[in-house]
Amino acid sequence: MRSALSTLEVATPRDLAHALRLLHDSLATERLVPLAGGTDLLVYLNAGQQVGRRFLNLWGLRELRGIREARGGVTLGALTTFTMIREHPLVRRCLPALAAAAAVIGAWQVQNRATIAGNIANGSPAGDSLPVLLAHEAVVHARSMRGGRDIPFGTLYRGYRDLVLEPDELITAVTVPFPPARAFPFFRKVGTRRAQSISKVVLCGLVRVARGGEVDLARVALGSVAPVTLRARRAERALLGARPSATATAAARAALMEDIAPIDDIRSDAAYRRAVAGNVLEQFLRAADARFTMG
Amino acid sequence: MTARVASARRPRTIRRPASVGVSVPKIEGRDKVTGRALYVDDLAVPGVLHGRTVRSIVPRGRIRRIVLDPGFDWSGVVVADHRDIPGKNACAHIEEDQPLLAADEIRHADEPIVLVAHQDPERAEAAVRAVHVEVEPLEPVLTIEDALAKKALLYGDDNVFKEIRIARGELAAGFAAADVVVEGTYRCGHQEQLYIENNGMIAERTADGGLLVRGSLQCPYYVHHALMVAFGLPADKVRVVQTVTGGGFGGKEDYPSMIGGHAALLAWKSGRPVKIVYDRLEDIAATTKRHPALMRVRAGVKRDGTLTAWDMDIVMDGGAYVTLSPVVLSRGALHAGGPYRCPNVAIHARVVATNTPPNGAFRGFGAPQTQFAAECHMDRIAGALGMDPLALRRRNAYRIGDVTPTGHVLRESVGAHEALERTAKRADFAAKRRRFARANAAAAEAERAGRRAGAGVSGLAPGARARGASSGGAGRGSSGGRRLRRGIGLALGWHGAGFTGSGEVRLASTAALDLTADGRPRVLSANTEIGQGALTVFAQMVAERLGVPPAFVEINASDTGQVPNSGPTVASRTTMVVGGLLEQCASGMRERLELFAERPLADAADFRRVARRFLRERGPLRIERRYQKPPEISWDDAAYRGDAYGVYSYAAIAVEVEVDLDTGEVTVLGATTAQEIGRAIHPVLCAGQIEGGTLQGLGYALLEEVRWKDGRIWNHQLTNYIIPTSMDAPPIHVEIVEIPYSHGPFGAKGVGELPMDVPAPAVVAAIAHATGVRVDEIPVTPERLLAALARGGAR
Ligand SMILES: Cc1cc2nc3c(=O)[nH]c(=O)nc-3n(C[C@H](O)[C@H](O)[C@H](O)COP(=O)(O)OP(=O)(O)OC[C@H]3O[C@@H](n4cnc5c(N)ncnc54)[C@H](O)[C@@H]3O)c2cc1C
Repeated sequence: MRSALSTLEVATPRDLAHALRLLHDSLATERLVPLAGGTDLLVYLNAGQQVGRRFLNLWGLRELRGIREARGGVTLGALTTFTMIREHPLVRRCLPALAAAAAVIGAWQVQNRATIAGNIANGSPAGDSLPVLLAHEAVVHARSMRGGRDIPFGTLYRGYRDLVLEPDELITAVTVPFPPARAFPFFRKVGTRRAQSISKVVLCGLVRVARGGEVDLARVALGSVAPVTLRARRAERALLGARPSATATAAARAALMEDIAPIDDIRSDAAYRRAVAGNVLEQFLRAADARFTMG
Repeated sequence: MTARVASARRPRTIRRPASVGVSVPKIEGRDKVTGRALYVDDLAVPGVLHGRTVRSIVPRGRIRRIVLDPGFDWSGVVVADHRDIPGKNACAHIEEDQPLLAADEIRHADEPIVLVAHQDPERAEAAVRAVHVEVEPLEPVLTIEDALAKKALLYGDDNVFKEIRIARGELAAGFAAADVVVEGTYRCGHQEQLYIENNGMIAERTADGGLLVRGSLQCPYYVHHALMVAFGLPADKVRVVQTVTGGGFGGKEDYPSMIGGHAALLAWKSGRPVKIVYDRLEDIAATTKRHPALMRVRAGVKRDGTLTAWDMDIVMDGGAYVTLSPVVLSRGALHAGGPYRCPNVAIHARVVATNTPPNGAFRGFGAPQTQFAAECHMDRIAGALGMDPLALRRRNAYRIGDVTPTGHVLRESVGAHEALERTAKRADFAAKRRRFARANAAAAEAERAGRRAGAGVSGLAPGARARGASSGGAGRGSSGGRRLRRGIGLALGWHGAGFTGSGEVRLASTAALDLTADGRPRVLSANTEIGQGALTVFAQMVAERLGVPPAFVEINASDTGQVPNSGPTVASRTTMVVGGLLEQCASGMRERLELFAERPLADAADFRRVARRFLRERGPLRIERRYQKPPEISWDDAAYRGDAYGVYSYAAIAVEVEVDLDTGEVTVLGATTAQEIGRAIHPVLCAGQIEGGTLQGLGYALLEEVRWKDGRIWNHQLTNYIIPTSMDAPPIHVEIVEIPYSHGPFGAKGVGELPMDVPAPAVVAAIAHATGVRVDEIPVTPERLLAALARGGAR
C-alpha cells in the first residue's frame, strides 16, 4: 500500500440524508470522496495515486441498494452490485446486454463488491456497463441536499473522467429502459483475457429491421475507443433507413471510423481498436440479421 | 489431479516401493493451507525498520547530485548509499560488475541508488519521495538491434557479454546434400516470473559482528557469497536462512542477493533489523525477467524430411549487467537444435548488453527461447515439404546412440519418440487435424455465402440468454455471429537436467543426513522448497532407502549456518542431483546402523530404537556425500564439446486452439502432453509441475508481454501484465512416461523446467493450422495476430 493509510479518514453515514449532509458540509474544508465497493478507489490507493484523504462510506446505505421494476425498465440502486445485476431474472430476461456486461466485469469476487454507480462515477472509458447504459438511453438519478435531478446518460460525461455531477451530489440510482420492442440487443467485450480483464473495445448495440425491410432503430455505443464512452452517431445514421445488406454494413463501418478516436495505450493500440471496433460492429449486424452479409 | 504414469520399460521384477512413486501428502502442505506457514512479510521482528529503495527513472545517465529534501523531517530515517558499503560495491554473481547501489553511472531504469529505512513504513515511503536524484541522461541502448549496432558502447568493444559457437560436421556439405533449404526468423519477448509472493528479506547484525539474513529465496549460498563480497566478511560471519517461499521460477535465484544486500546494508548502518518487502509494482519493475531473444534458422532437409544441415544464429538481450546471462545463453545454445539428429550443425549464440534491468533465470533458462525457434522451424519445414508435422518429427527425433551437436552420444533414457507417440495418440492428433481443416473450410464457405448458423431473424426473442463466456456476448445464437477457426499444433522438446557442462563438477555439491536426538533421520541440504515439493521428494527418497515412512524423515531448514552447500535450487537438478546424494546418504546410514545392530532394520520404530542406541553408545551420526561425476561423462568447456548434460528429459505437447478472426483472440481449448522424466518420485507433484509449466508456457505464447515506455517497464501491475487466469486455463491432459536413468535416484531425471519448453511453438503451430498464418514472434497477442491476418492468410 503506497498511500499512507493512517492519514485516511472514513465517515460512515446513518442514511442517505445524513450522507448528503456530510458531503455538503465537507465542501467547506476537504471534500469527502464517496466510497462504494472500493474496487476502483482501493486500487488507486494501493498504487499511491492521489484520490483524496477523506471518504464517505456509502456501503451500508440500504436505500441505495436493489433492483426495482420501473415502468418500461428497471431502476438500479446506486449500490447494486454486478452480482445482483448478473443474477436478476428480470434483467437477464429483458436486459440481456446488461446481464452480459455484469457477468464479465472482473470476476466473481469483484462483482460482489463493484457497484453500478461506482462504474459510472469512476468514468473510465473502459467501464463495461457504460456502453450498455448509453445504448439503452438510461437516466442517472442524482441527489444533493438541494434536491434531486435526472441526468440522461448521454449527457453525463463532459470529457475524460469528467462528469457533470456537482461536488455535493451523489448518484442514487440509474433507470435502464428495456430495449424497444423487437430490437436486437448485442454486447461484446474484447479484453485482455477471459477474466479480470479491462476492455480494449467494448460495444453494445440495438438494431431493428422494420416490417418494411429497412432499419428503423439503430443504437451503437462503444467504450475504450475515445476519451469517453460514445454513441456512434454516424454509424447509426448510416444504418437508419437502410436495407440490411453488405453495402449497408460497409457504410456503417466506414462511418464508425469517423465516430471513434482510439489511442495507443498500455493495453492495446489504435490500429487494433479501429479494426476490432469495425469487426465487432459487423459481428453485431450479422448476428442480428444475416442479410447484413449479403449482396 | 490425475496423472497417468506409463512405464515404457518397467524392470521385470516389480517391487512396489513404500514411498517412491507414491503421491504422499506434501510435507508443508497443511501449514500453507491453514495459514500457519509464515512468509517473510509475516515475520514480526522487534525493533524492525522498513527499508525502501530510491531508483533511477531513466535507463542511462550520470548521477550529478543527490539531494535530501531539506523540507522533509529526516528524524528516525536511516539513509544509505554506495559509500556505506563496507566491502565491494557489487552484487556478486558470476562476475562482480553489477553494483549493489549505483555510484555515478546509471545503466538501467529502476536501478537502485539510495536506500532509506524507518520504523514506520509510511514514513519510509514518504522519505523515498524526499530523495532527489539529479541525473544527466545519456542516450540508452534498449534493443538487441541497437546493441549489435553499437548505438552506444556499454560493454567491451562490441556490447557482447558472451559468445558461444557449437559446430558439428560440415555445414556446406549438409546444405549441398539438402533438397530444400528453409529459413526463418523468430523472436521472443521478456517474461516475468510472477511468483505469488514478491521478493522480500530481513537482515540483522549479529552479536559476533556478522549478519543474519532471512527471506524468500531459492539459493541461500548465492546470497551468502554475495554478502561476503559486499561486506568483506568471512563465511562463518554470514548466515542466510530461507523463509517459507511463495514461488520462484528462477526469479529468486539471483535477485535475493540484491535485496538481501540492501536490507543488510541498512541493518549494518542502523544497527537495527531491517525488512524490505517489495510490492508488486516494484517487483515487476525492478527484478529480473526471461531474456528476450532474436533467432534465425536456416535448415537443409531432404525431400523425405531427413535433416542434413542446421545453421542457427541466436542473440539474447542480457540487460545492463552480466548476472547469469552467460549460463542462460549456454543452455539456450545447447538446446537450440531441438531433440533432432542432424549431422551438420552450426550454432552461433551471443548475449548482448542493453540499458534494461538485467534479465535472469526463469524456468527453462534460455531453452524455451531457442526451442521456440527450433520447433517453429520444424513446422515451417513440414509446411515447405508438404509433410505431416508428426511424421517430420518421427523421422528426426533422437534415439539411443544418436549424437548431439556437441558430440554427446545419447547412451540411455532417450524418450523423445515415446513422448511424441503418446501425445499424438492421446490427442488424436491426425484425426483432429483433418477434422478441423474440414470444419474451417466449411465455416469459411458458409461465411462467404452469408449463411451464418442461427442468424436470419432479427429481434430479441423473450428469454434470450446472456452468454456466460468471459468475453461476453448477448445476441442470438450460440456463436453470436462470430467467425471462429480451430487448429491443432504439436511440439517436441528436450531439457538437460542439472548444471550445464562441468557445472556440477565445479559446484561439488554436498548433502548430508544425520540423526536427531530422538533417533530420526534428518535431511541437511541447502535446497529450498519453493512450492515444487522438493522437501517431500527428499523425504520420500530417504524414507525409501531407510525403510521408513516419509513422514518419519525430518528436514532441516535451509540455513547456511546448519546445512552443507548442496548447490542452488535451479536447473531441474534438485531431485536428480541432490536427491541422488541424499539417496546415497540414506543407503550409507542404513548400512552403518545395520552393521551396528548386526541385523537388518525392520521399520520406523525399529529404526528409532537402533538409532537411539547408536547415539548413546557411539555419539552423533552424520553421513555426507559429495557429487561424483559419472565416469563416462566428460565436457570440454574451451571447445564446447562433450556431454553437455548427464541426461535429458523429453516432452511433447499437442495444443488445440480456437481463433476469433474478428478480434485475433486465441482460446486454448485443450493441451495434451506426455513427458518422459526417468522416474516420477511423486506422480502428483510431477503432474503439478507439468500442468503449471504448461500454463506458464501458454501465457508466454499468447498473453505475457512486457511493455516499455521511455526505457521503463510500463505495465508493472497485475491488471496490465497479463498472465492466464483459471478461466484462461484449458483442460491439460498429462501423461508421465518413465524410462529410468541409471545415474538418477530411482531412475529420476529433471521435470521442473521441461514443461516450459514446448507449449509456445505448439500454440503457434495450432494458430497456423487454424488460420494459415504463421506468427514468428511471441507472445502472439491479438494485436499481432490480427495484423498478420490482415496481411494475408485468413481463410
Ligand atoms: C480486479 C478488478 C477487476 C476489474 N474489472 C473490471 C471490468 O472488467 N470492467 C469494469 O468496468 N471495471 C472493472 N473494475 C473496476 C471497478 O470494479 C468498477 O469500475 C466498479 O464498478 C467500481 O464500483 P465500486 O463500487 O467498487 O466503486 P468505488 O471504488 O467505491 O468508487 C469508484 C468511484 O465512484 C465514485 N462513487 C461511487 N459511488 C458513488 C455514488 N453513489 N455517487 C457518486 N460517486 C460515487 C467514487 O467516489 C469513486 O470516484 C475492476 C476492478 C478490479 C479491482
